[in-house]
Amino acid sequence: MTISNTSAVDYNFDVVRQFTVMTVIWGIFGTLVGVLIAGQLIWPALNFETPWLTYSRLRPLHTNAVIFAFGTSALFATSYYVVQRTCQTRLFGGKLASFTFWGWQAIIVAAAITLPLGYTSSKEYAELEWPIDILIAVVWISYAIVFFGTLIKRKTSHIYVANWFFGGFIITVAVLHIGNSMVIPVSMMKSYSIYSGAIDAMMQWWYGHNAVGFLLTAGFLGMMYYFVPKQAERPVYSYRLSIVHFWALISLYIWAGPHHLHYTALPDWVQSVGMVMSIVLFLPSWGGMINGIMTLSGAWHKLRHDPILRFLIVSLSFYGMSTFEGPMMAIKSVNALSHYTDWTIGHVHSGALGWVAMISIGAMYHLIPILFNQGRMYSIRLINIHFWLHTAGLILYIVAMWISGVMQGLMWRAVNTDGTLTYSFVESLTASYPFYFIRFVGGVLVVIGFFLMAYNMFKTIGAKDGSLEAVEET
Amino acid sequence: MDYGTLRGFIALLILTLFIIIVLWSYSKKRKSSFEDIANSIFEEDLALKKQTAQQNEQCHLDTENKQERK
Repeated sequence: MTISNTSAVDYNFDVVRQFTVMTVIWGIFGTLVGVLIAGQLIWPALNFETPWLTYSRLRPLHTNAVIFAFGTSALFATSYYVVQRTCQTRLFGGKLASFTFWGWQAIIVAAAITLPLGYTSSKEYAELEWPIDILIAVVWISYAIVFFGTLIKRKTSHIYVANWFFGGFIITVAVLHIGNSMVIPVSMMKSYSIYSGAIDAMMQWWYGHNAVGFLLTAGFLGMMYYFVPKQAERPVYSYRLSIVHFWALISLYIWAGPHHLHYTALPDWVQSVGMVMSIVLFLPSWGGMINGIMTLSGAWHKLRHDPILRFLIVSLSFYGMSTFEGPMMAIKSVNALSHYTDWTIGHVHSGALGWVAMISIGAMYHLIPILFNQGRMYSIRLINIHFWLHTAGLILYIVAMWISGVMQGLMWRAVNTDGTLTYSFVESLTASYPFYFIRFVGGVLVVIGFFLMAYNMFKTIGAKDGSLEAVEET
Repeated sequence: MDYGTLRGFIALLILTLFIIIVLWSYSKKRKSSFEDIANSIFEEDLALKKQTAQQNEQCHLDTENKQERK
């Protein structure tokens, strides 16, 4: 299968290849930092008494690495690939596409240096200081020019649904990033937000939740709408549903942010609006999930021998689970129990390791052979092992965090008959230790899986052109 | 018009837009064109397969011709 060579269109796959390889590398890096800080919660000595290895500095490094290095590289790779293939034209912008790759990698390296040094704006998922924020804005606008430029010069009459999701994600992330990063710099590496008090909190979670809604959801749904039908070799279950899905999702997500600020100084009515919008969001989320999974209807047997398809479909199941759990946790009375506990961490990882990572891994396994002129990956068996390692690690992780989180919530709210607290904070922490260990083991399994993926990828890249032939299964 | 009424109208406007989108995407007229779009991601592969098949056939014909000449 040498699509890229024999095709009539001269696609720009160089930038796709670069982002694809870096996705896997950053996947290892991000999860490895995660495992290190998970270890620090059990064995505090793992910070080696070094300021730049402390939990407080490495935790933002972990979140930035997995979201912006791993996840966003995967989005760059797949959006550049999908937009070219579905528009049947070469990527617009030539060198500008290459600039987005090198610019984005430079941002990641800058993050990996400044965060451990302690430079932070202290806004969650937006910790990077203002000079890096400006670079992000420049690269992101270039990304938008390349993507929409390609859409404009397309050779097809329609714009395939995956591109709608990618486009929505690119525009909204630009708006969110620029809006939330408005600061007054006081020195090269220090700045203060132009927003004050509760407004700043509101801006931050408008940004924070839509980073989840548009970067980690809409973008990856774009991936889903192309790679699930491709890997299953059948068109999406309902194209009409995908249109309703798109408009419903993007018009609702933007309002859900206040659920991060229940029972705070935020006005009560804003909290209620955020809660209601979060609950309604359940509908488009499940509409999309059902649309993805039902694409397999009549071809379920493919799951038996295709671990790539299994990655893609299981990711959708985790998407369904997380988007049920999310609206539930946004209900104020549930949030009173779950907020500030490990339950939140469990929820995030069911979305991040289940939905985002699995759909990306599946898409990468689909892409790598095509990009490097092979019929299949070097080892299908290793993909299968990766699938089970990842799934087992993920389940250990989220189950441990659920139990630990609910337990913490219950212990923190328990009061004696005289009104005093039943447990001290340290008692709840001690009770969490066994679950922190289970989480650590789960994380290790996920990292091993990523290492296998890297090995498999480099073996596929290194193999003689066209030497790995596709296996025809019936 | 006070702010509350304005917001009410905006909510109605968005609801109407949503209903229009649903009616538009589920109208019978669009059914076949949406099916074509959903299948469009396979077009290029099909075209490619056809092209390869033709090339193969041509190769076979060429070999046969050569053999006949001998």
